[in-house]
Amino acid sequence: MSWGSWENFLAMGGYAFYVWGSYLVTLGLILAEVVLLAMRKRTALGRLRARGTTGQGER
Amino acid sequence: MLAALRCVIHRDLLLAARRMSDVLTVLLFFVIVVSLFPLGIGPDPALLRTIAPGVVWVAALLASMLALNRMFASDHADGTLEQMLLGATPLGMTVAAKVFAHWLISGLPLVLISPVLALQFDLPQELIGVLAISLALGTPVLSLIGAIGAALTLGLRGGGALLSLLVLPLYVPVLIIGAGAAEAAASGLGGQAQILLLGGLLVFAAVFAPWAAAVALRISVE
Amino acid sequence: MSINWFKYSSPQTFFPLAEKLALWFGALALVACGVGLYIGFFVAPTDAQQGEAYRIIFIHVPAAWMSMFLYLVMAFWAGLGLAFNTRLSGMMASAIAPTGALFTFVALWTGSLWGKPTWGTWWVWDARLTSELILLFLYFGFMALQAAIDDARRADKAGAVLALVGVVNIPIIYFSVKWWNTLHQGASVSLAKAPTMAATMFTGMIVMALGFWFYSIAAALMRARCIMLERERSSDWAVEYVKRSA
Repeated sequence: MSWGSWENFLAMGGYAFYVWGSYLVTLGLILAEVVLLAMRKRTALGRLRARGTTGQGER
Repeated sequence: MLAALRCVIHRDLLLAARRMSDVLTVLLFFVIVVSLFPLGIGPDPALLRTIAPGVVWVAALLASMLALNRMFASDHADGTLEQMLLGATPLGMTVAAKVFAHWLISGLPLVLISPVLALQFDLPQELIGVLAISLALGTPVLSLIGAIGAALTLGLRGGGALLSLLVLPLYVPVLIIGAGAAEAAASGLGGQAQILLLGGLLVFAAVFAPWAAAVALRISVE
Repeated sequence: MSINWFKYSSPQTFFPLAEKLALWFGALALVACGVGLYIGFFVAPTDAQQGEAYRIIFIHVPAAWMSMFLYLVMAFWAGLGLAFNTRLSGMMASAIAPTGALFTFVALWTGSLWGKPTWGTWWVWDARLTSELILLFLYFGFMALQAAIDDARRADKAGAVLALVGVVNIPIIYFSVKWWNTLHQGASVSLAKAPTMAATMFTGMIVMALGFWFYSIAAALMRARCIMLERERSSDWAVEYVKRSA
């Protein structure tokens, strides 16, 4: 499958909005999930650190 | 055991009789919602005749969902529920009895008043019959499935809305088949297939839902 | 020498394993998606009827497959946790749910964007799209229920009951929606049929599906680690881990 030119590839035969709209939103959501997970891990670790120094055995 | 179940049903009916307003509010909600649709869509008789089964069914869905909270909440509050959990009667049977009582209080009235509402939409007579039968078979299924949701959300904040979110997706097949019965009858195909399917759903739900609700109750109470 | 099948069934032992697995599967996902996208854009030819718009299929179909598969896996772990009262199984189920919801949304979003150029409307009440929508509600219901319950064990068990009831209902929902769709033939149209599959198109779809699968595993494992850290706060291994990572 040869697109001929970069412009052709981006234009997607006129369907650029739909094709790139799909791919970019998917990529965006996946990136958001990864970032949110990283933030969640950091928060959990932070809480653990704060509690660890005061004592264990509490919920 | 039958005596215990009869006792559970009798108690629920008695409690409902003492708080008639609860029962009537659900019924009135049903009537009002059905009346809202023509107001929102327009009085064109042909259009109303087409949407009538769907509208009545959606309203019945929403009305029976309103009443679900009450199924276990008051018993949970005064400790009766824990007695039921500890009792000799299998919890599944007790739940089935409670669901039956719940249907008598909030499902059956909807079935009985549906012909009157169908007349508002100028639905032909045979279709009114099909609609009423579909509701008669479908509303118990709604109560049975709803019991599972009510048991899961017992005592939780977010109560009613959370319960709706859990239960409405599970209601979808009942809605499609139930409303489809009258619609199929309207288009000449006859609603027998849907009615039979509803009967099948009812049997399936009657066997499994009380058991699932019982499991959910144990999880929620302990 | 006997195998301890349950070695990794405690959070303490599973926690470090989950990290290793997540990194491996994440890498595999990148590779698979890279290959899949290459096939999708540079190997698969233009479709005769739908032009380039059909290339959405390389995300839409794998995402839809994942959405359903993940629900089954979630229900499996939830059921296991309910039956054997294992903490980790419940955590795994909770970890999978958001990723499953994500792919369900992606399937709906891409389905909508695929439908517009090919059928002229942003939404069609096609049997599969409608069932996907209801699946999204099932995922949200599961997540909402767990969020509303403070006690982790009750949340796990309640979610498990809901997930299992949902699993039983999914075929019923799908078939009733399919039936409803065929009965109302005039009013609705079926979503753009996948182009008669050239081998390259099919391969691209399968590879992307693999990529999504690996990604789901990685994401779920990372989330499970977060859940373990949040819930097992007072346990020794968690405190040790925090000390070591400080």
